[in-house]
Amino acid sequence: MLVNDVPKQVENIITTSCYDCHSNNTDYPWYNKVQPVAWFLEDHVAHGKEELNFNEWADYSSRRKNSKLKSIISQIEDGEMPLWSYTLIHREAELSKDEKKIVLEWISKLKDSL
Amino acid sequence: MKKINLTKGILAITLVALTVTSCKEVKKEQHIDNEHHSDGSHDDSTMDSSNDMMGNDQHASKSTALVANYLELKNALVADDKDAAAKAGGMMVSAFDDFETSSFGSEEQQELKDIIEDAKEHAEHIEKSPIDHQREHFDVLSKDMIDLIAITGTEEKLYQDFCPMYNNNKGAQWLSATKEIKNPYYGAKMMSCGSVQKEIN
Ligand code: HEC
Repeated sequence: MLVNDVPKQVENIITTSCYDCHSNNTDYPWYNKVQPVAWFLEDHVAHGKEELNFNEWADYSSRRKNSKLKSIISQIEDGEMPLWSYTLIHREAELSKDEKKIVLEWISKLKDSL
Repeated sequence: MKKINLTKGILAITLVALTVTSCKEVKKEQHIDNEHHSDGSHDDSTMDSSNDMMGNDQHASKSTALVANYLELKNALVADDKDAAAKAGGMMVSAFDDFETSSFGSEEQQELKDIIEDAKEHAEHIEKSPIDHQREHFDVLSKDMIDLIAITGTEEKLYQDFCPMYNNNKGAQWLSATKEIKNPYYGAKMMSCGSVQKEIN
């Protein structure tokens, strides 16, 4: 059931809100050139990727996947991710109530299927 | 714009790839995972290979340091003591580093490696987090320890406890050296939540 079924909506939300810090595909806009912001991003990307890297997902053991999914759920539920300091300059990354609900539902389902 | 679309394309592939992998792995690991999902109890009959190791003295001693550090961490959380929990978490990180798997069979080594990789990360977080967060990580760390002990055995008699309320009523397990329930997830707030699921020795 889950094979081809990553809803577009979920994918878009996670891409917009999380991938800058949790993947190898970073999409820095113009302010990457502004030094303090670049330092800030670099630090967070390096550290964020250590914690969770969606590009390495396939290599995670299923135990680790399960663990990360649980962590993602609690980070989103508690509003700790995306980092508030990031959404300050990246307004579109902020999760609305509906977006939270959509992502949480899908991730919970994925977790239960593991 | 083009770059963004390309990036999105890659992400889509990654996401699909990750779900495909997960599905493949479901079959293989289902019997193990089911234990966590159904009622959280461990059904020995599904863990044949690990069962053979139970009570094996040579292996049981491997878990001794970890179990001691884990119990210290558990007691700190029972006492609502964040700093002591952080310290015990740090000790667990070292104990996981020192854990030598070479005397185990190859399948068990792989399983232990997965467990340790995951568990060590939780211990690292416990070392540097506020207490609510420590408890979230302790939940998964406890599952890891239960699975680890199923492979290594333990020198000390342990009780596997379960509190059905924690984590939005999903429930959480922990290990204790005493029969009396003292809840590490709620501490003084709800000390007696939980019951013994199983005795391990
Ligand atoms: C600005 C960069 C940034 C963005 C955007 C971001 N994160 Fe993070 N994330 C981090 C950093 C840095 C850490 C590690 C330190 C921390 O916990 O604050 C982290 C840690 C995490 C962790 C591990 C936390 C734990 O305690 O186990 C998870 C899970 C996570 N992020 C999920 C997400 C999700 C889901 C999103 C999108 C909704 C997101 N992050 C967006 C930077 C980011």
